[in-house]
Amino acid sequence: MKESSLIIKYNKSNPTSKVPLLGEDVFRKKVLEMTRGGGRVNSFFSAENDNEDLVLYLIISYDARGETHALSMKVENKAFKSLTNEDTQFHLFEREIYEQSGIRPLGHPWLKPVRFPGGNAGEMDFFKIEGREIHEVAVGPIHAGIIEPGHFRFQCHGETVYHLETSHGYQHRGIEKKLTGGPYRDTVYKMGVIAGDSTVAHSTAYAQIMEAFTRTAIPARAQAVRAIALELERCANHIGDIGALSGDIGYLSTSAYCGRIRGDFLNMSALLCGNRFSRGLVLPGGVGADIDDDIREQLAARLEAGKKDFLSAASLLWETPSVLARFDSTGIISAESAERIKMVGPAARACGIERDVRRDHPSGYYHLSYIPVSTSEMGDVSSRAYVRWLEVQESIKFIEKLLAELPVGDSGRETGTNLKPDSITVSLIEGWRGELCHTALTDGTGRFRRYKIVDPSFHNWLGLALAMRGGQISDFPVCNKSFNLSYCGFDL
Amino acid sequence: MIINIIISTAAALVFSPLLIGIINKTKAFFSGRRGSPFFQMYFDLYRLLKKDAVRSGTTTIVFILAPVIVFCCTLAAAVLIPISPGTGIISFTGDFVLLFYLLGLARFFLIISALDTGSSFEGMGASREAFFSAMAEPVVFISILTILRLNGTTSFTDALGGGGAGNWIIISLATVPFFIVMLAENARIPFDDPNTHLELTMIHEVMILDNSGRGLALMEWAASIKLWLFSLIIVRIILPGSVLSFLLTFVIAVIIGIVESVIARTTLLKIPQLLFSAGIIAFLGFFLSFSKIFVWS
Repeated sequence: MKESSLIIKYNKSNPTSKVPLLGEDVFRKKVLEMTRGGGRVNSFFSAENDNEDLVLYLIISYDARGETHALSMKVENKAFKSLTNEDTQFHLFEREIYEQSGIRPLGHPWLKPVRFPGGNAGEMDFFKIEGREIHEVAVGPIHAGIIEPGHFRFQCHGETVYHLETSHGYQHRGIEKKLTGGPYRDTVYKMGVIAGDSTVAHSTAYAQIMEAFTRTAIPARAQAVRAIALELERCANHIGDIGALSGDIGYLSTSAYCGRIRGDFLNMSALLCGNRFSRGLVLPGGVGADIDDDIREQLAARLEAGKKDFLSAASLLWETPSVLARFDSTGIISAESAERIKMVGPAARACGIERDVRRDHPSGYYHLSYIPVSTSEMGDVSSRAYVRWLEVQESIKFIEKLLAELPVGDSGRETGTNLKPDSITVSLIEGWRGELCHTALTDGTGRFRRYKIVDPSFHNWLGLALAMRGGQISDFPVCNKSFNLSYCGFDL
Repeated sequence: MIINIIISTAAALVFSPLLIGIINKTKAFFSGRRGSPFFQMYFDLYRLLKKDAVRSGTTTIVFILAPVIVFCCTLAAAVLIPISPGTGIISFTGDFVLLFYLLGLARFFLIISALDTGSSFEGMGASREAFFSAMAEPVVFISILTILRLNGTTSFTDALGGGGAGNWIIISLATVPFFIVMLAENARIPFDDPNTHLELTMIHEVMILDNSGRGLALMEWAASIKLWLFSLIIVRIILPGSVLSFLLTFVIAVIIGIVESVIARTTLLKIPQLLFSAGIIAFLGFFLSFSKIFVWS
């Protein structure tokens, strides 16, 4: 049994032929054994091999050991026995597989479309509770704020939410499909907009994949710049969300100040590369903009000012009883539920789950420099806000340290366009929402046979639905904001 | 008397939107923003009144009439309150019931017009409004009974339109719950958030989501008149003898703005508790007004 999975080497390409191809029964036994042993599914998708047979690839990692494994399964008769009934974390992956390839997971408890690639988003049956006192509330896809489209269906009894189901696909752009046969000249730009607020995270994941396939070792200085940009992105988004959370509960001071401070952090990204969302900064082979001494000093000064402003604006939250009363015990998700559906990112850490790719599966500069994992325990809105508050501080400390010890050297290498044929590689990055996983397979000519993207939102939307159970429907907006998941990152 | 009616009506119509402007300016100041102009609401009303209304196909005559009825009832209630001593229009035993049931009638039409749209959001808002206002009403009545006892009269408008100050402790015990109810009745923080865009959390705003153009203008104007009415009552309770005390309504608006700036909105579940505490304070005032120590004159 020992050889029945391949340990993926980070930043290295691995021959696809080394990924064990198992029959369904062996695969099922092995996978369930792995998940029971603490394995967490990062990605589970279908791909065609050279003979146009459908193969299911599973990327699974052990956080405690820092290992990522790959294994695959032959599909016969376009069907396989669903794993969801044994382990909930397969639920959405199997629905996605069914939608993308038509491979039916037999016995799946809730086999519905995930994103409507045909274009008929919204046509679906929701789980319904029946009874004269039950009422159904439909929210979206057009929302009151200027946010992305998505649909929420609540089953309520008075103000109490019994069940929430989310429905997506309104932002589906067919990114994965467009990447097949790539990389193309525009691929790097597409990567920057998978989720527009996670540009650095997705670009870095892609860059690492390209570097692995082209066997390019990139200079430490470029790694450091990437890490700085990733942490700036985390700060800007967390600060923006803390402000938006205060806005949702009508607490004006923090809301107004954090809105402005978020802009300050976005401008730091702009100082780095000329774009507030760091578009075009992370490129395969390195970074598109280097940090010279002038920028370094300016960045350090702005960071210092930003930190001071943020600390004073956000600490108001933890000193105001009415804010704490509003946040505490709102939208609780238990650690058991969060672990069962394998939530990621700050939302998982707010339940006390220590899961952070930067520590568990480090890549790039995170190999060299450790960033502490911030957790909280209650799993409510308060905890999710608090984890973000802690993370912003850790990130700022980390950036300060990196700026002080910025390695010398050049900012990039040429990667070339010769990708290693018939290979597979995986890239895991801790974006500000949590783990994102890019998996790429090349064909015999060194083009992408399959490029699979898993955004943290893919893991966490179900978490939001569970957090609402038994809660008040009027708490939904603030609860939703505390997760702040991506619609386009999910819809791809 | 005609003069008094004209003065009260004009004051209610003209000053009420300014209160909203003052609240918003105060909030802007506290959050470090410049904020919209003091007279923004006048511009908004002017803009909306020029516009035609769009109406959902599911609505009926109820929805069309509601803004007019809500506006008229609220204005009528506001006009009953004397803005300075001796300018009362009518007074009779138990006139406060007329005053607050005019507001009740306005609320009734607001609620059924919300239900008339058939929207699940508006239905939720309507049920919240009905539930919370039922709890706010007794608090108001107890506070008023206290004031009536202090003034030794059975007419509320008489009590507000003259007489003298009573015992300050008891006046505070009547005014504080009244202020809390004012925040609840006028959809202010901590009960409701007038600035939110989140329908699921709204109480008042969600009920007028379907209103547009002239209908919306009347609804908004009625809401601001209601705020004017409540702040005028508070001012008249505190300073019944003063002629220009109505100017203090602007101070009340500043206080509301400060309250909204320093505290967050509470969860809906805790609103009954908040109103209940207001009720306890009101009761305390009422009981103390019977005590020998605090007897008036």
